[in-house]
Amino acid sequence: MAPPRPMSFARLMNTRPVAVALYLAIMGVIVWGSYVGAQNMGYNWQWYQVPKYLFTFTEDGFQFGEIMVGLKTSVVLSVSAFVLAVVIGLVVALLRLSGLVVGSAVAVGFLELIRNIPLLVLLYLFYYVLGPIFGLDRWAASILTLAVFHGALVSEIFRAAINAVPQGQWEAAASIGMSRAQAYRWIILPQSVRFMLPPLTGEMVHLIKSSAIVSVIAVAELTTVGRNIISETFMSFEIWFTVAAVYLVVTLILSIGVSRLEKRFATNQ
Amino acid sequence: MPGEIIIQADHIDKFFGTFKALDDVSLTVRQGERVVVCGPSGSGKSTLIRCFNGLENHDAGRLTVEGVELHEGSPKIRELRQNVGMVFQQFNLFPHLTVLENLTIGPMKVRKLSRRAAEETARKYLDRVHIPEQADKKPGQLSGGQQQRVAIARSLCMEPRVMLFDEPTSALDPEMIGEVLDVMVELAQSGMTMVVVTHEMGFARKVADTMVFMEQGRIVETSPPETFFTNPESARARLFLDQILEH
Ligand SMILES: Nc1ncnc2c1ncn2[C@@H]1O[C@H](COP(=O)(O)OP(=O)(O)OP(=O)(O)O)[C@@H](O)[C@H]1O
Ligand SMILES: [Mg+2]
Repeated sequence: MAPPRPMSFARLMNTRPVAVALYLAIMGVIVWGSYVGAQNMGYNWQWYQVPKYLFTFTEDGFQFGEIMVGLKTSVVLSVSAFVLAVVIGLVVALLRLSGLVVGSAVAVGFLELIRNIPLLVLLYLFYYVLGPIFGLDRWAASILTLAVFHGALVSEIFRAAINAVPQGQWEAAASIGMSRAQAYRWIILPQSVRFMLPPLTGEMVHLIKSSAIVSVIAVAELTTVGRNIISETFMSFEIWFTVAAVYLVVTLILSIGVSRLEKRFATNQ
Repeated sequence: MPGEIIIQADHIDKFFGTFKALDDVSLTVRQGERVVVCGPSGSGKSTLIRCFNGLENHDAGRLTVEGVELHEGSPKIRELRQNVGMVFQQFNLFPHLTVLENLTIGPMKVRKLSRRAAEETARKYLDRVHIPEQADKKPGQLSGGQQQRVAIARSLCMEPRVMLFDEPTSALDPEMIGEVLDVMVELAQSGMTMVVVTHEMGFARKVADTMVFMEQGRIVETSPPETFFTNPESARARLFLDQILEH
């Protein structure tokens, strides 16, 4: 048997135990650093107070705490806005690809408008300007703002995915007598799904994160709940850490779920 | 040839920008006739047959297919395409559908046939192209020759009156060319009207009623194969034949 070769430095660093140990060490230094920093400014840690904001066990049984209720609101808000964003995105993308001068002018106008207004200003526009005119409440204004803003981004994802289907597919569909709409429905869109899935997940994650902005008009979602708890308890470090961790967990679960889905899609092709 | 006229092109021109891809082209194709189009690369062969089913629009002259006069935005174009089959160099099968679904989607969505009727037709034509056993595979799992035969069957499922072929064997490995040409010969023998762009001169000799030679967007020569292969009128066609028959 040949003598084992000495491991190179990079190989050594990449073996699993070393990598895990290194990772834990780095995270440890960061946590310890913030702990010591907080200690030095005389911060009074009260982590034991945090769990009750996540869930409680009382004589009534298991109950979700305020943070989890806030999370639920965030999720409902994000999912509603995302569904609407996908519809807006598809319509805008099809308008842009329609070959009609008016269609693409409307689409490009919409895109440029949305892309060049900060999200926060867009929210104020919907809530303080369009709100009174069209009778939109906080909730409706929030969903519309997020849907319109992300709809513009989603439309670019759709456009790229549709354009990624080879021209020959259009020609083959046309040559058996399909209309443009039939070609989209049966030939082009089904093939573009696998080009849009990864960027659409990214956009959903992006939307969940930007949904925090509606806390400025006091919609009772995760971020607002966090702020309210802090204003009562002054535990800003614990609560902001917790809120950040909750966002992180949700978006990670989403990413992992979709990467599974993608693998299934890839093998189905 | 006494057959009814299927395609009638009168002095058609086609421009891509300022480039003249078709220059005063006239051609008549009658029912049951087999026309083989050849000529050097870039001479406008693809452009010509793509005009015949409206994938390209000509800019001048008159083009009538199956009694329908074609022009940009012609409302009858979709109806017409159901009667004009097209086979592409790159097959252009629908990769997300099975072979059977590739064949049934046109009849079901365009002709509004029931699934049962469409599948029955599809299996008939899969038999015709000698691959009945591949019905449930995806196109990606087939060889090039098999894919092109599926593409031919897909067109036939629409029961077209004329079939257009744009270099159907150029993208194939040499050992697969024969199986596709065999299917095309059988189709010709069944009486199908065909316009075939190809450099397979053996095939042309076997089935062509009319040879068309193009160069620089013009039809330089239209003659029966006996004349074309033994004693072409134009020096250009003679030179072209010498070049491709050398191999
Ligand atoms: N969509 C297009 N835009 C611009 N020019 C084009 C387009 N399609 C074809 N052409 C040009 O028109 C000319 C004729 O093209 P065409 O594809 O009809 O030739 P061909 O005879 O089929 O050649 P090949 O044997 O290479 O397929 C070529 O010079 C080509 O570059
Ligand atoms: Mg060509």
